[in-house]
Amino acid sequence: MRDRILLLLLLLAAIALPWLAEAAGSPATTGLATRMAIYAIAAASLNLVLGYGGLVSFGHAAYFGLGGYAVGILYAHWRSGEAFLGLIPGSISLPVTLGAAMLAGGVSAAILGALSLRTRGVQFIMITLAFAQMLFFLFVSLKAYGGDEGLSIRRRGEFPGLDLRDAAQLYWLCLGILVLWLGLLRRVAHSRFGQVLAGARQSERRMAALGVAVYPYRLVAFILSGMGAALAGALMVNALRFVSPDMMHWSKSGELMIMVILGGLGTALGPVLGAVALVGLEYGLSGLTEHWQFILGPILLLVVMFARGGLMSLVRRLLPA
Amino acid sequence: MLEVTALEAGYGHSQVLFGVDLRVGAGEVVTLMGRNGMGKTTTVRAIMGLNPPRAGRVVFQGAAVAGLPPEAIARRGIGLVPEGRQVFPTLSVRENLVATAANRAGHAAPWTLETIYALFPRLRERAGQSARTLSGGEQQMLAIGRALMTNPHLLILDEATEGLAPAIRAEIWATLAALKQRGQAILVIDKNLTALGRLADRHYVLEKGRTVWSGSSGDLSRDAERVRDWIGV
Repeated sequence: MRDRILLLLLLLAAIALPWLAEAAGSPATTGLATRMAIYAIAAASLNLVLGYGGLVSFGHAAYFGLGGYAVGILYAHWRSGEAFLGLIPGSISLPVTLGAAMLAGGVSAAILGALSLRTRGVQFIMITLAFAQMLFFLFVSLKAYGGDEGLSIRRRGEFPGLDLRDAAQLYWLCLGILVLWLGLLRRVAHSRFGQVLAGARQSERRMAALGVAVYPYRLVAFILSGMGAALAGALMVNALRFVSPDMMHWSKSGELMIMVILGGLGTALGPVLGAVALVGLEYGLSGLTEHWQFILGPILLLVVMFARGGLMSLVRRLLPA
Repeated sequence: MLEVTALEAGYGHSQVLFGVDLRVGAGEVVTLMGRNGMGKTTTVRAIMGLNPPRAGRVVFQGAAVAGLPPEAIARRGIGLVPEGRQVFPTLSVRENLVATAANRAGHAAPWTLETIYALFPRLRERAGQSARTLSGGEQQMLAIGRALMTNPHLLILDEATEGLAPAIRAEIWATLAALKQRGQAILVIDKNLTALGRLADRHYVLEKGRTVWSGSSGDLSRDAERVRDWIGV
C-alpha cells in the first residue's frame, strides 16, 4: 500500500516535471527527462531477457537502432514520395512508425533470437554481439539512408491530439508509453510464462525434467524484448530528430546492460532507476569535464561492488518495511 | 508401466551403469537401493534422458523413450523429485507449484493447489514465501508437490529423505503411503530398509552399476542380511 502511494507520488512528480523545469528556468531538463524515459523503456525490455531470463544479450542496440531506422526510413520516403521497396509508402504518423519499428524489432529478434538461443553462456554473448555488429556495418554501408553519417529528420512524427514539436508534450507521450510498457512487462514477469522464464534461469535441466522445454519461452521473451528496444529507438529518433548507425554500436548495447545492472537485475523498476542514473550522471559529469567517463567508471564499480542488486536494493534498504 | 532392460550409461569416459534391469507396474511402489556411487542416481538420470543411455532399453507405457530429450520424457508422464530437492529458489512456493503444472494425460481429478496444500498443509502457510527461505523438509515437500502438479503416471523420488529430521522423514513416508493408496506408481531411491519394506511392493538392489538382487517385500525380510551388506546400512 505504502509502495503504491510512493509510486503514485513519483509518477505525479514525473508528470509535473516540465512545469517545474519551466519554473526553475531550465527548460532543457524536459529534454533530458525525455531521454531518461526512452532509455528506461529500452532497459526495461532488456531486463526481461537479462534479468528475468538470465540471458546476457550483448546486442540489444541492434533492435534499438532498427527501431530508429524504421522511423528514419519511413520519414525519408514520406519526404521523397517514393514507396519503400516500391511497396510501402512513407509516413510520419507516429502510431504507424512506432508500429513499424516494433514489427521490425520483433521480426529481427525472432530471426536472430531463434539462432542465438541455440547457444549458451559466452557463446550466446558473442553471437548476439556479432549479429548486432553485422547490422551496424550494414547500416554504415547503406548510402541511400545516409551511411555512417545517418539521417536527419526535419519533422517529428504526428500523434493525434498532440503537438510533438512541444518538448513537454513529447515528454508526456514518452512517459505514458513507458508506464504502459512497464505495466505490460510486469504482467508478463508475474505470469506463468515469467515464472518459467525465471525458473529456466535458475536451472534449465530442472525445467526439462519437469516437462518444460525452455527454448520457446526464451524466444518469446527475446522477441518481446527486441520489440521494446525498437520502440525506444523509434521514440529516441523522434526526440533527437536524427538517426545514425551509432545507435547500433556495441557500446550502446553495453550502456543498456549497465543501466539494467546498475538499477537492479530482474526488478520491475530497477532498469528505470538505472536509466535515470546513467543518463543523469552522463549529463552531470560531462558538464564538469570532458573526461567524464573517468569518473563514471569508479561510480559504477562502487555500485556493483557494494550494492548487490543495484540501486533498487539501495532503495529497499532506505525504505524500511 | 516402466521397463528398464540392460541399461548402460555413464559420464564422459567413465561408465557407471553396466546392466540395470528394473520394472515398475501400474500402481506399484518399487525401490531402488544400493550404496553411494553404485549408480542409483545415474539410473534415474538415464531414465529421464538427463544423461542419455549408451545401451539398453527404457520403455515407458509401451513406448521406447531412450534417446528422447528430458522434457519429452517428462511430458509422457514421469514426475521427478530430484536428489537435493532443487526447488526454484527465487520463485514463491505457489509459483514453484504452478509454473510447470500440467495435466497432459487428462486426469479426471488432477492435482490442484488445493489438493497439494491438503497433502502438505505447511506449504499453504508458506505459499507466498520464496522457496529459498524454506527448511530442508519443506523444500522436499515442495519438490514432491511440484512433481505431482504435473500429474505424472510415475513419480520418481531420488533420496527423498536424505538429510531430513526423523519427524519430517516420517511425514514424507506417510505421504508416500497416502499416494500409494490413490494408486500412484512410485519409484523410490532410498536406504531406509524398514520404512521401504512396509511401503513398497518390490525392490531392486544395485551393485557397481548392475541389478544384483530383486524381490518382493517378503523376499526382502527373508534376505535382509544379504541386502544389508549390499546397501551398507
